[in-house]
Amino acid sequence: MTATETCEAPPAGVARVVRQRHLGRWLSGGVMVVLVALALRSVATNDRFGWPLVAGYLFDPQILEGVRLTLVLTFVCMAIGIVLGTVLAVMRLSANPVAQALAFAYVGFFRGTPVLVQLIFWFNFAALYPHLSFGIPGVDIDANALISPVLAGVLGLGLHEAAYMAEIIRGGIGSIDVGQIEAARALGLRKNQVLRRIVLPQAMRVIVPPTGNEVVGMLKTSSLVSVLAVGELLYSAQLIYASNYQTIPLLIVASLWYLVLTAVLSAGQMRLERHFARGSVEVRTAAAEWVRGWLGLGHLARRGVR
Amino acid sequence: MTVPSETARPLVRAQSVTKSFGTARVLDNVDVEIARGEVVCLIGPSGSGKSTFLRCINYLETLDGGQLWVDGELVGYRRKGDKLIELSDRQASVRRAEIGMVFQHFNLFPHMTVMQNIVEAPVRTRRATLEEATARGEDLLTRMGLADKRTVYPAELSGGQKQRVAIARALAMQPKLMLFDEPTSALDPELVGDVLRVMKGLAESGMTMIIVTHEIGFAREVADRVIFFENGRVVEQGSARDVLDSPSNPRTAAFLSAVR
Repeated sequence: MTATETCEAPPAGVARVVRQRHLGRWLSGGVMVVLVALALRSVATNDRFGWPLVAGYLFDPQILEGVRLTLVLTFVCMAIGIVLGTVLAVMRLSANPVAQALAFAYVGFFRGTPVLVQLIFWFNFAALYPHLSFGIPGVDIDANALISPVLAGVLGLGLHEAAYMAEIIRGGIGSIDVGQIEAARALGLRKNQVLRRIVLPQAMRVIVPPTGNEVVGMLKTSSLVSVLAVGELLYSAQLIYASNYQTIPLLIVASLWYLVLTAVLSAGQMRLERHFARGSVEVRTAAAEWVRGWLGLGHLARRGVR
Repeated sequence: MTVPSETARPLVRAQSVTKSFGTARVLDNVDVEIARGEVVCLIGPSGSGKSTFLRCINYLETLDGGQLWVDGELVGYRRKGDKLIELSDRQASVRRAEIGMVFQHFNLFPHMTVMQNIVEAPVRTRRATLEEATARGEDLLTRMGLADKRTVYPAELSGGQKQRVAIARALAMQPKLMLFDEPTSALDPELVGDVLRVMKGLAESGMTMIIVTHEIGFAREVADRVIFFENGRVVEQGSARDVLDSPSNPRTAAFLSAVR
């Protein structure tokens, strides 16, 4: 049922409405079903996928340890990204020109170089500064010992993420009507109260969806630290197939875990979005339904799109 | 509580207030005094500076020249010897908290319920506990005829209801002065009456009010004084009857015949 059909009520006294046939829709749908069935059969019957091996390694302790480290990396790096990104966004929007320029340069630098390069850079940081003193007399730390592969991974991913989060948060703050800030100021709220109580909670509606994408992206990007021999999910799988040569089954094991984790994270994102949408009429949902109806998926849309 | 000299002193005093946006001079040597308890309507063509003047009073805009006092205190600055020292964020916020402001587009906080909108500032600025603020909020909502809307979000209210909540929110701070910036301009015609009724009640309760408005009928009914702005200057002022019914300045007359 599309919108055009339901709009045309039958004239009074006419017996029956003959709906359009949509032959093309049936035909293309049928072709797609056949193609998918063929592909699934091929996957199920090709022994080289090694499904029994996949089942055997899915809960292997080494794999599970990799899953744990992947999750830790994702959350620690996102935490760094969000905190530092907020600071950078506020700096960028501040009245202080030095802070503005610094934030601008940071984003430009960390967004302008590949994260893989940054990771390898941090891994080799000791080549640049073998001894770290942080300018404090008497402090002498061996950089090689301090910057472990895991720390190099956390620094590389977290600092890179901060640049992206800064832009997302800046966009969210920028989306707030200036009238909101004026009303809050006129009531006697101080600047930081206006930011915390009025601006950020509203900006969250704009910030959460892209941040959810970033979390899912981080989960997958964390596989890059396998090049630093950090035992996260991909590297754990690689270690196993390096000794038993079962490359494909173990890559499938890793992929299945990534799929499960991204599905769980997406569910969490939906709950967060609902929380921060409070007080807003469901404009966005209405728009989504309109698009669906327009694409001929009207049976998914509720009636009465305003 | 107020000594005689206090009541004699004007609540708002503007002296040669000047303000420019870029090269456009929006306020040009404005001198105005507003007494305690007075209801003053600012009228004039758009761009005449009346809204900017209102925003200067609670320091949403800074002055380029002249001085403004509210209740004997300099707006935005404190005097130290022959120097004017700009107020800190905290000090400016304390002063603003004593002045209520109502905006054309309501500017309610959409992520908070009606009651949360009302108690936010009293609680955050530590003027009241949550219980006190809620109790006063209930009173105010009842006065506004919105007692049943306390848990509703602003998006579910009509324009007239939103503006009445905005007035309640400003009154919750127990201000000594209320500023209204075209409070009915964004409303559907049939909703204007509710808001004006609330404002009239407030005027009768003795609140000092400065109202930028195009509602000439309302100004005639409620205003103690009408000030006509044009090109950043005060062109004419006087009692509502004098200015609105027999304007002495030809520009005032032209404006009034145009909006009627």
